[in-house]
Amino acid sequence: MKNTLEIDRLSTYFYTEEGTVKAVDDVSIRVREGETVCIVGESGCGKSITAMSVMGLIEGTTGKVVNGKIGFDGENLLDLSKNELRTIRGNEIAMIFQEPMSSLNPVLPIGQQITEPLMQHQKLSKKEARLRAIELIKQVGISRAEQIFDSYPHELSGGMLQRIMIAIAISCHPKLLIADEPTTALDVTIQAQILDMLREIKEKSNMSILLITHDLGVVAEMADYVVVMYSGKVVEEGEVVELFNNPKHPYTKGLLKSKPIINQRQEQLYSIPGQVPNPLSLKESCYFHERCAQCMSICETQQPKLKEVGGSTQKVACWLYEEGIADV
Amino acid sequence: MSTYLTKRLIYMVLILIGASMLIFFLYALTPGDFVSGNLKMSAERKAELRDLYGLNKPVFERYLIWMKNALHGDFGYSLAQQKPVLTLFNEYIWNSFLLAIVSTFLTWVIAVVIGVISAYKQYSWFDTIVMIFIFAAMSIPSFFIGLFLIKTLAVDLKWLPPGGMMTTGSNATGWAYVKEVIHHMTLPVVVMTLLGVGSLTRYFRSNMIDVIQQDYIRTARAKGLTERTVLFRHALRNALLPAITLVGFELPGLFGGSIIIEKIFNWPGIGQLYMQSFGSRDYPLLMGFTMFIAVLTVIGTLISDILYHLADPRVKL
Repeated sequence: MKNTLEIDRLSTYFYTEEGTVKAVDDVSIRVREGETVCIVGESGCGKSITAMSVMGLIEGTTGKVVNGKIGFDGENLLDLSKNELRTIRGNEIAMIFQEPMSSLNPVLPIGQQITEPLMQHQKLSKKEARLRAIELIKQVGISRAEQIFDSYPHELSGGMLQRIMIAIAISCHPKLLIADEPTTALDVTIQAQILDMLREIKEKSNMSILLITHDLGVVAEMADYVVVMYSGKVVEEGEVVELFNNPKHPYTKGLLKSKPIINQRQEQLYSIPGQVPNPLSLKESCYFHERCAQCMSICETQQPKLKEVGGSTQKVACWLYEEGIADV
Repeated sequence: MSTYLTKRLIYMVLILIGASMLIFFLYALTPGDFVSGNLKMSAERKAELRDLYGLNKPVFERYLIWMKNALHGDFGYSLAQQKPVLTLFNEYIWNSFLLAIVSTFLTWVIAVVIGVISAYKQYSWFDTIVMIFIFAAMSIPSFFIGLFLIKTLAVDLKWLPPGGMMTTGSNATGWAYVKEVIHHMTLPVVVMTLLGVGSLTRYFRSNMIDVIQQDYIRTARAKGLTERTVLFRHALRNALLPAITLVGFELPGLFGGSIIIEKIFNWPGIGQLYMQSFGSRDYPLLMGFTMFIAVLTVIGTLISDILYHLADPRVKL
């Protein structure tokens, strides 16, 4: 299968007054055609920054993609000019965000916000764009499409707005959809509907999805392939079934253990002790060592590399699986 | 909407009644009047005049008379100028309005453009220079800038006239008249714009910086829209919304005149007339003018509320 997106050794740093924050550090992720890849991790682990780097939306003077390659359609997105990148953004790569309530412009009608990319990228006329927009609104499961076309964001609920966001995202038939925590701000019943819809759209159009989430339930439901990030690094990745059945990295194990299981009564839900390390004071070490129950002396001084284990597709960055180390 | 408007109009009437009482009693209860200021007049003549002007009636009765006349469109008779107050307003206010409307227009246009650009390029050299210039313009007093420009542009370089609205003795008409007035108003307009543009630019800059960081701007960029569309269609409108409140406050400012600028440039505007009337305790004129500004303020806030409704779909009246 062809790769839609190839992120290769991407590093995005933020230069703050207190020091350099390596928000994304040497991260490689591959998304194949028609595949859903989930990036999982705690808040601040660099999931969203990875997505924003792909979109070329790292804003401001402090943040910068310092290294790496983002291969898309045979081109390195980082080499493209702003204008070239803009023709890809919203057209071939689309993105939906966490907060549907604030992601749409409050003073512009919904319809205008859907037709904008259609007129920009597909050069549709206003009339054609309107027809297509109404079609899209129906496609994302909203009735009264004509009426919705002329209403404003504040008149719609969060779930409906997220549907509208999806309608905008799929309007130009993108090859890749980046969804940054698309269901986090929604209530559970709506979450399921939105995820179902994403899956349905994906299957129909053979679109790839890069889904960013911290919800392992969402991962189980959506992902083909999972990438676990911690402090800007990929600590483990693999096929979803494999990874869920046989997690290798202590962090992944901890994550899976801290997920509630239906029909299993527990006194207290497990939580990984400690907190994410301060990104400003990271030294050469396994960044997880302070919270790891199986920490060894090497973990405090050297960083493990992401390596395949056990001849499967699964890769893990942990000294426990490094031959000749674990025994010491 | 219509119930809101009726309610609003009733409030406006109540506010104006309150304002008229405040204005009248403050002026009426201030010691001294137009007559007492004149030292040459004999006591009998003063009593006679007070009788004539109705100044020795009870205060509340005087208020009622004033209000009754005002409601009939008669704001009294200026004692110092010996003309009806409204006639005087008509003579002077338009001169002030001319200065105010041109400088307000320039101030807003410049402030929006520069504010937006410097917000977009926050911390760039352009932004830094703009901010330094703004602080300079804001911290120099108006009379200084005024006198400085008169000294350099009018006296030394002789490019522009130093003051007045017409050249002394000129009786130009038609286009020549228009040109002469434009020539004379350039300096005061420049000074007024310089004074106003600083704070407004800062206001738009900070609004715009706020808006640029919003999620919907990120969405707009993620859609692949051009930066121009993102800025002017998505950001600017949201950044301008809070400024609608200011539009309401500008209304009385347009007609209120500017005491200092008109004095410096010897501009025959309402501000100068107002100042003179203070000196001579010409209370009918002072009360009439203050009341006029009060009415404009109330109307201004109503206009800004209605504009909010038109510009922001979230605001329901």
